[in-house]
Amino acid sequence: MSADAIVEVKEVGKTYDGGVEALTGVSLGLPRGRLSTLLGPSGCGKTTLLKIIAGLIPPSSGEVWVKGKKVDGPGPERAFVFQDFALLPWANVLRNVAFGLELRGTPKEQRFEVARKQIAEVGLSSFESSYPHQLSGGMRQRVGLARALAVDADIILMDEPFSSVDEQTRRKFQEELLELLRHKQKTVIFVTHSIEEAAYLSDQIVLLSPRPGTVSKIIHPNIDRGGRDPDEIRRDKNYLDVVDEIWQILKQYI
Amino acid sequence: MTLFGKKVPILFSLAIWFIVWELIGQAKLSTIIPPISGVLAAGITILPTAKFSAAVSISLRSFIVGMALALAIGIPLGVVMARVASLGKILGMWVNIFISAPISALVPVLMAVIGIGETTVVITVFLFAVFVIILDTEIGIKQADRSLVEMARCFGARPYQVYTKILFLCALPEILAGVRLGAIRGVKGVVIGQLLIAILGVGELFELYSQHFLMEEFWALVIIVFMFAFAVSESVAFLERRVDYYANTR
Repeated sequence: MSADAIVEVKEVGKTYDGGVEALTGVSLGLPRGRLSTLLGPSGCGKTTLLKIIAGLIPPSSGEVWVKGKKVDGPGPERAFVFQDFALLPWANVLRNVAFGLELRGTPKEQRFEVARKQIAEVGLSSFESSYPHQLSGGMRQRVGLARALAVDADIILMDEPFSSVDEQTRRKFQEELLELLRHKQKTVIFVTHSIEEAAYLSDQIVLLSPRPGTVSKIIHPNIDRGGRDPDEIRRDKNYLDVVDEIWQILKQYI
Repeated sequence: MTLFGKKVPILFSLAIWFIVWELIGQAKLSTIIPPISGVLAAGITILPTAKFSAAVSISLRSFIVGMALALAIGIPLGVVMARVASLGKILGMWVNIFISAPISALVPVLMAVIGIGETTVVITVFLFAVFVIILDTEIGIKQADRSLVEMARCFGARPYQVYTKILFLCALPEILAGVRLGAIRGVKGVVIGQLLIAILGVGELFELYSQHFLMEEFWALVIIVFMFAFAVSESVAFLERRVDYYANTR
């Protein structure tokens, strides 16, 4: 785990207008090409932190640096996958996936070509002309993921992407996500409240304590995933130890 | 519509009304209600007259200009009111007052200020239509999905793109509902404006027929105006139905 940090969070704090302190003194490095999870109980400001990294919310104090540049808004090197999918209800899958490129002014033919490729990668090829309301939750989130991949950002920010997806779909989705990201060498920052999800997916787990959110512990699970069956990983001793270690910390906050 | 457990076409209820009307008319209960057959015949005779087409063209012109103004001012104003909270508060009060106010009462004032002419009718149409358009647009934009706006910003949307590619389309079902209600009110605006002025367009014809007690022609004209209002409303409703599928899934 000697990868250099592509995202650096320096002493970030966030106080909302009403005086609610969501985050205080958060400092973190998020390694390039790895999957980092922000994990914590609800109200620990994990989504706030993710949105600050995305440039959607300005921090009240401190700063975020991405690829050596200070963040002052969203940027093309970061793409976001939303908890509620955030798909355009009036546009079909193809247009939704191409939307990021549409905003950048990429010509139609070109952006649809890129979109078709990404749609195929998330396994939705036969649904290109379907509309979001015709798809299941899991399929909608695939569209959200394909849209993030289509803009070819180095960093993919995911805000509880599987929380609106049923358990079976979720497991399959996690496995496919790992495969896809390993293959593409993206840096992923993933917000979740699921301990198992964090332990299963992450190279680095950032545990946040609640109100105001601050880094409680950073765990680097040393789980050998190389070429192993997902069920085997879920029985791995290291995996179970990590789950237990996280639980021991998190249960103090409940 | 179902009657005695059977499906009946909507036109059937109209047919019943017409039969009742015809019977009352034939019974000569009141001179105000001539038989519907006579009304239809009168309608057919007035349609091709030069006076009628002149009245229609001037009324249509007032309606179209007034509505165009109401759309051109109402929609942008509604958007601004939704996006700029302070303006929304200040103007919102006025919009709410005017939307419930009897605008017809203002027409005599307009006549005194602007004069007895087409401009007054155009402004009457505008005033009838604009407030509901403002209000519905404002509601539509306010209810627009925050998460879609965030998504667009995240993928690098410039401010104008947030408006054209997200907010406007999110609010389209509400905007169209406002346009439909505005257009219906606009038709009232033409008729009321012209009735009060009494020397213009359809309003002049109404005055003429009622003063000379030409009840068949009068009712024929009423039906024509009704049909026009219905046609305008239905054509906007057609557009509304086309965006319906996503209005329900937002």
